[in-house]
Amino acid sequence: MPALRELAHNLRRLPGNMKNAFLRHGAPTSDRARSQAVFSNFFLHVQSTRVHRHSLRASTTWALGIIALVLFVILCVTGVLLMVYYKPSATEAYDSVKDIIYVVPVGRVMRNVHRWAAHGMVVVVLLHMARVFYTASYRAPRAFNWVIGMCLLVTTLGLSFTGYLLPWDQLAFWAVTIGSNIAQSPRELTDALGITSSFDPGGFAKHLLLGADTVGQEALVRFYLLHVIVLPALACVLCGVHFWRIRKDGGLNRPAGVDESEPEPETSRPVFSETSDKSYALVGIVKGRSPVVDRGPEHTVPSWPHLLYAEMLVLVLTTIVVLVLGYTLDAPLNVLANPEVPENPAKAPWYFLGLQELVSYSAFSGGLLIPTIVVIGLLLIPFLDREQADTGVWFSGAAGRRVAWRSAVFATVFVIGGLAFSVNYGWLRDWYPHIPQLVITFVNPGTLYVLGIACWSLYVTKRTDSTRLGAIAVFTCFLVAFAILTWFATFYRGPNWGFYWSRASWPVVH
Amino acid sequence: MTESQPPQDLSSSERFHSEVPRRDFLGLAALWSFLVAGFAMLLGMLRLPMPSLFPERGSRFPIGPADRFPPGSVTVIPERKLIVENDKGGVFAMSLICTHLGCITHRQPDGSFLCPCHGSRFDAKGDVIRGPAPSPLHRLAVFQAPNGELLVDSNDLVDDSFRFKPSEEA
Repeated sequence: MPALRELAHNLRRLPGNMKNAFLRHGAPTSDRARSQAVFSNFFLHVQSTRVHRHSLRASTTWALGIIALVLFVILCVTGVLLMVYYKPSATEAYDSVKDIIYVVPVGRVMRNVHRWAAHGMVVVVLLHMARVFYTASYRAPRAFNWVIGMCLLVTTLGLSFTGYLLPWDQLAFWAVTIGSNIAQSPRELTDALGITSSFDPGGFAKHLLLGADTVGQEALVRFYLLHVIVLPALACVLCGVHFWRIRKDGGLNRPAGVDESEPEPETSRPVFSETSDKSYALVGIVKGRSPVVDRGPEHTVPSWPHLLYAEMLVLVLTTIVVLVLGYTLDAPLNVLANPEVPENPAKAPWYFLGLQELVSYSAFSGGLLIPTIVVIGLLLIPFLDREQADTGVWFSGAAGRRVAWRSAVFATVFVIGGLAFSVNYGWLRDWYPHIPQLVITFVNPGTLYVLGIACWSLYVTKRTDSTRLGAIAVFTCFLVAFAILTWFATFYRGPNWGFYWSRASWPVVH
Repeated sequence: MTESQPPQDLSSSERFHSEVPRRDFLGLAALWSFLVAGFAMLLGMLRLPMPSLFPERGSRFPIGPADRFPPGSVTVIPERKLIVENDKGGVFAMSLICTHLGCITHRQPDGSFLCPCHGSRFDAKGDVIRGPAPSPLHRLAVFQAPNGELLVDSNDLVDDSFRFKPSEEA
């Protein structure tokens, strides 16, 4: 009988015991209980229990990292919803996208939100990179997290590119035809050297990407796989490492001496309502840097509520923005893919148009060589600039701001000058029709931009005797050159990649 | 310093002496066989995405009877992305696929070819005269089937002196 009584007792206590087993911490009624919740809850422990006041300021981060994460989550959710109806088949893909737009309940809005979140993510990830760079937050001990961030940037662009093919419309088909031929472009080099028959990395890469000689069913399945599982899984893992390292590397970056320069805020005491002498207990066992090692907790505030509510606000605002965009602006869908007639002009999505301009000088140098140089260059920044002064300060102070302005002006004049020159006077082949291809591959406006920017940054480094200012020069030039090339290719390139002042002056072509 | 030297009484164990202790050797051997096996497995799996046979139909296809291409004619076959010409020397075929990034070039009224994607221009013989294309338009081999129909092989590249004389009796 006692066992039966105990069973009845356990049944009565079931909801309470279940809740205790599930939550393992008390009701979040005090700072201490909330910190415990953040520490022990799987979904909250991504946050540290306390966060530095400086890290919560909008001017420190502009919340760009969180916005990028929110957009990624929105993309995952809307992406899974779109997968309910999308068919990765060359004959059915286009119709299934049309169904999503015209037949599926809220399908049009979900597709629009997916598109705007995707474009937003590219913008926000780039801005986030610029924020981290200009506040010198890439420096040791955060150097490796900058490398992870670069991997995330490349993954983001890969996700965008693979998603571009899926609607199977004209734009998708020809953009991916061009993209896969860029993968094949090492042939430009191997052909010029006459070794393609024995060593053909270009053909290998293209066949690996397409599973065929041309874009077709095989390519669609491969891009679909990359887009819905391989790259998102990679992005999730990289995001996890990225966030984990933020905490291991000492939380968000802040200027040295910010604690001393600011008066201690009254509101941050008492730190833990009950036992303030235990405020180190949660982090005391953790090796390495954490937000409060070697510092008092006076300038930190509990993550719950301060950080969590700020994040919730960002989540809501970001969602509102993409929803408003999704309801007002429709994602375009071109006519069905036609492998016989390319679009004219066949333009990639805006963030690849700068690359397309470079590709129009030489496929190999614009499509592979220069992007590789840029990515490796950005990747190496934390290892080439190892100064420690003015970390966490925007532009590292007035000198950095000045260098950034001058570099922006230099890059603007240099790139626009190069574009104006090549539009007006052509390039080597127009003057010397029989010039060897190798010369054009390595001497074209694109490679000259890279060379000019490299020389300018070396000059700045020497002149200012600072690797940080040299880094500001090269990064600013990269951003400005990227923006100008993108803007130029978006608005001034028309049919046959010719130069036109406006869309109205495009000729009628067939 | 003599007191720090190891004892020299190792006449029997000298042959066992080695730089790597046995336990470490076994550990390293296990680690390396794990790595090599893992790497070999990875290589084996990576073979999967590269098909041994591509899904496209054969590269050799018919373009029509020989009298479709009389001397002096220039025929564009859009569905094959091909232009077939017959000059005094005979029939030759040229691919319309731009050698830059694979778009389809358009034949202009003056006989040149213009690529819509990045503005490469080829003259009537297929040589690059402007733009980023790294090589001339490809010339493809022309054959004749036993029934008299002409065939083109899109994987069989030939140089620009290639001419095919169709036999008339078929």
